[in-house]
Amino acid sequence: MSATIETTLGQAVEDAAAELYVWSLKDIPTDLRDALGDALEHETHPVGRRILETIHTNVEVADEGKRLVCQDTGIAVYYVRVGEHFPLHPARIENALREGTRRATLDHPLRSNTVHTLTRKPTGDSTGHRIPHVHWEFVPDWDGLDVKCVPKGSGSENMSFLKMLVPADGVKAIKAFVLESVVGAGGKPCPPGIVGVGIGGSADLAMHLAKEAIARPVKTQNPDPEVAALERDLFELLNETGVGPMGLGGDTTVLSVHVEQAHTHITLNPVAVNYQCWAARRATAHVSADGAIELDRDA
Amino acid sequence: MAHHEITFPTDEATVRAFRAGDTVTIQGHIIGIRDATQIRIFDKGVEPPMSLRGAALLHTAPNVRKLGEGRYEPMCIGTTTSARMSRFTEGLVRDHGARAIIGKGGLLPEALVPLRDHGGVYLAIVGGAAALETTQIEEIEQVEWEDLMPECLWKFRVKDFGPLIVGMDTHGESLYENVQVEARKRLEETIYSRL
Repeated sequence: MSATIETTLGQAVEDAAAELYVWSLKDIPTDLRDALGDALEHETHPVGRRILETIHTNVEVADEGKRLVCQDTGIAVYYVRVGEHFPLHPARIENALREGTRRATLDHPLRSNTVHTLTRKPTGDSTGHRIPHVHWEFVPDWDGLDVKCVPKGSGSENMSFLKMLVPADGVKAIKAFVLESVVGAGGKPCPPGIVGVGIGGSADLAMHLAKEAIARPVKTQNPDPEVAALERDLFELLNETGVGPMGLGGDTTVLSVHVEQAHTHITLNPVAVNYQCWAARRATAHVSADGAIELDRDA
Repeated sequence: MAHHEITFPTDEATVRAFRAGDTVTIQGHIIGIRDATQIRIFDKGVEPPMSLRGAALLHTAPNVRKLGEGRYEPMCIGTTTSARMSRFTEGLVRDHGARAIIGKGGLLPEALVPLRDHGGVYLAIVGGAAALETTQIEEIEQVEWEDLMPECLWKFRVKDFGPLIVGMDTHGESLYENVQVEARKRLEETIYSRL
């Protein structure tokens, strides 16, 4: 590959990252708007209704004034699908995502949230050691690149839970753990949101999958029918708890439940919960091998 | 569910009239505080350079643009999760005379005691609705402890700030606790048996 193409593509990926970070913070996806609309239609609790109405007003105010939906610009998380023939090495892609995040933060300007974990010293540009975090998927027989930016706020991220269940606990214990986690979180993660559940794999993989689950469009189903059935069960049960919008009571506790699974060890039964707030921000760009960027509202 | 339109700062009797589940809209002034601000006041024992008497306090770390010396323009002002700042409630209400704490997610249940004994309420804002909240802040009138940026002491002049919901009142009632008790009852009585 020539140095010129590498430079062009590197710049395209950086531009895409900068665009996605700001765009996702201001303009929430259509599927999320629809889910919030459905929630308001079905909510019967007066406090819950008032909160959902305010959420709608807030989304309109953000649209009209091109404002940030929520002040928490989060930690930038990227989900990247890279084709084996895409002419830019992942090391360069990762660098471009970091630069794009930094540029968007400084140019807009956006509130930087990143600090050193021990000294709490801020970096000032939303980047840091291992941040932004990039999830990779490598796709054979393809020359494209998909980049999805999911800024993850701390109110919901603080409501992350992992439990190493044993096989004899079965699916029943997985369900009970998700219910306890969401009820215990109460209003702190800004419900009604998306509950991401990762099952199987190992401790780290389960949480990784839970995080991937929250990045899916709202109300999409896992292709595995067993897993999709678990999603539907959990959605119904969670909405029977009455936690409601902002944890103040109501019929709508969650907008959607997404489960991702991996095979696991014969003696393992891990379950992880990662919560995403109602302001489930997400934006995607497709980058072609010649550097053309196509923004995608739905992915 | 009564609605209260209140200009802050206000007095103890005003907030003692609030009941959990009531709604509140605020006019006048609100003071922004956060973790670092309260650590300085209570753990380091530094007297705050603006009075909190009668105040409505907001759990926030605003996104602002600097206009000049001590002058800032609001860019995006939202509200953070309150629970981690629960332990400062007694000092704020008893020693500094604050009357309302505005946040999201609620204070821990033990905060009900100082709220009841010293006359303070917890008002729930809609978390994440920062675009709307920012338009309700007319001006940042004063900023102290700029070295803690963005966790300074902020004095905001507000117009029609809300809607806020009385989450915890001076009568020992917490909507958050009520919801937790009811949710756990439902888990035990009707949900766990169907897993």
